[in-house]
Amino acid sequence: MADLQAQDYIRISATTLTPPSTRRHEDQVAKLIDTSRCIGCKACQAACMEWNDLRQDIGHFEGSYENPMDLSPSVWTLMRFNEWEDEKGKLEWLIRKDGCMHCEDPGCLKACPAPGAIVQYANGIVDFISEHCIGCEYCVKGCPFDIPRISPVDHKSYKCTLCSDRVDVGLEPACVKACPTGAIMFGSKTDMQDWAGERVADLKSRGFENAGLYDPPGVGGTHVMYVLHHADKPSIYSGLPDHPHISFLVDFWKGVVKPLSLVGIAFAAIAGFFHWVIEGPNEVQPEDEVKARELLKAAEKSP
Amino acid sequence: MTRPAGTLVRNTTAARINHWITAGCFILLLLSGLSMFHPMLFFLSNLFGGGQWTRAVHPWIGTVLLVSYLGLIVQFWRDNFWNRDDIAWMKAIDRVLVNQEEGVPEVGRFNAGQKFVFWSMALLVPVLFLTGLVIWEVYFGTYTSIEVQRTAVLIHSAAAIAAIIVWIIHVYAAIWVEGSVRAMTQGYVTPGWAYRHHRKWLRRLAASGSSGPTPGHDR
Repeated sequence: MADLQAQDYIRISATTLTPPSTRRHEDQVAKLIDTSRCIGCKACQAACMEWNDLRQDIGHFEGSYENPMDLSPSVWTLMRFNEWEDEKGKLEWLIRKDGCMHCEDPGCLKACPAPGAIVQYANGIVDFISEHCIGCEYCVKGCPFDIPRISPVDHKSYKCTLCSDRVDVGLEPACVKACPTGAIMFGSKTDMQDWAGERVADLKSRGFENAGLYDPPGVGGTHVMYVLHHADKPSIYSGLPDHPHISFLVDFWKGVVKPLSLVGIAFAAIAGFFHWVIEGPNEVQPEDEVKARELLKAAEKSP
Repeated sequence: MTRPAGTLVRNTTAARINHWITAGCFILLLLSGLSMFHPMLFFLSNLFGGGQWTRAVHPWIGTVLLVSYLGLIVQFWRDNFWNRDDIAWMKAIDRVLVNQEEGVPEVGRFNAGQKFVFWSMALLVPVLFLTGLVIWEVYFGTYTSIEVQRTAVLIHSAAAIAAIIVWIIHVYAAIWVEGSVRAMTQGYVTPGWAYRHHRKWLRRLAASGSSGPTPGHDR
């Protein structure tokens, strides 16, 4: 997504300053993906390709309904299919639309070293501003969901924008528009939570006692949420993380090493400077030269 | 390099060229690395033609530095072995720090501080290179898991900061101990310099009639 938008930024990657923050009337948006209503038709995938003008190279059939087999710089959303048997041996076909979760606390943004390459708009959407991306892949390390992909052509990172360009002008994301069963809904986050509550109640009444909403608190909640029939074990939906959170390693790197390092470097430099001011240079004295000459002469005499 | 009569060779021409290639690479790596490390230093990426160029060129400079530092290891490792003199010298570090070197135990070609710098870099440079390979996305991005890469980038940044602090100590010591910078630019020191800072080295040269940098070596 280019740097043309009608939304205020509330978070900007690699900045030590607070983004403009006086206006705070914006509704938080969310996309709700109801796995129990998804029929795996891939209309969302096709709509995403159409709206964002993405064309993945034609690959090979891998014996799976999943096609292509993974997200890529030109595959921003992907239907993932998993055949799962419950404890009683009953087969369930679990289909999940994978893509950026638009975390409230985005790990990609936290890890990004390029100012303004990753932003979060006031409505909660996390967007990559390609002009500022340097292709370092730190966002991949920051992401708890393994979403961003680096293009080998332009060395920039790509992922779902939640159709921020459409949302800016009051439209729903392309995938939402294309979904024929209403499995993908879009609106304010509170509305989506309410609607999810109705869906979960309905699923529970039909025997899915573990049905629930996937809005993981480990990343501050997400702006893409799932209704899962088995919310007690998200990982059966093709590896949806059970408890996603920004890796401890990334937190330590960005939260401890980064600030302490500059202090350490500055301390070393200042200590050196003041040592010079207090003690001054260590200079060779004339008597050192005299004694050295004596030493060398003595050595010459004794063969 | 013409050397004034009576002075001693501290570093051979090959060692000096090798040192300054390493130094140049280190400074470029420091500037490009810090620009990708802290937002307040991102402006340094402009020195390399912007963020994309910085990201692209940093690992290549690192590769040159590794090769170059291996050259320094080959040329200097023999004179950097830790021995009893170093412990004695370390015990008198308080006198060294206040420029009172009379009575400080004599040391050979390198003192404990210099050996610390040498071995710290001998450890940190390979660590930086190997962790750097893991996060060199363009060529090696697919060989390791994301978790391994997270670990690598954390070690890489911590090792880089350690290396920068060691480098600050190295540079400051060179400025502080007068005559050291010339020893690495023009390559020679006066006998008095050797007598004051590296008397055992001077004795070894005197005993063998060599003008340095190591006995039996006379160029």
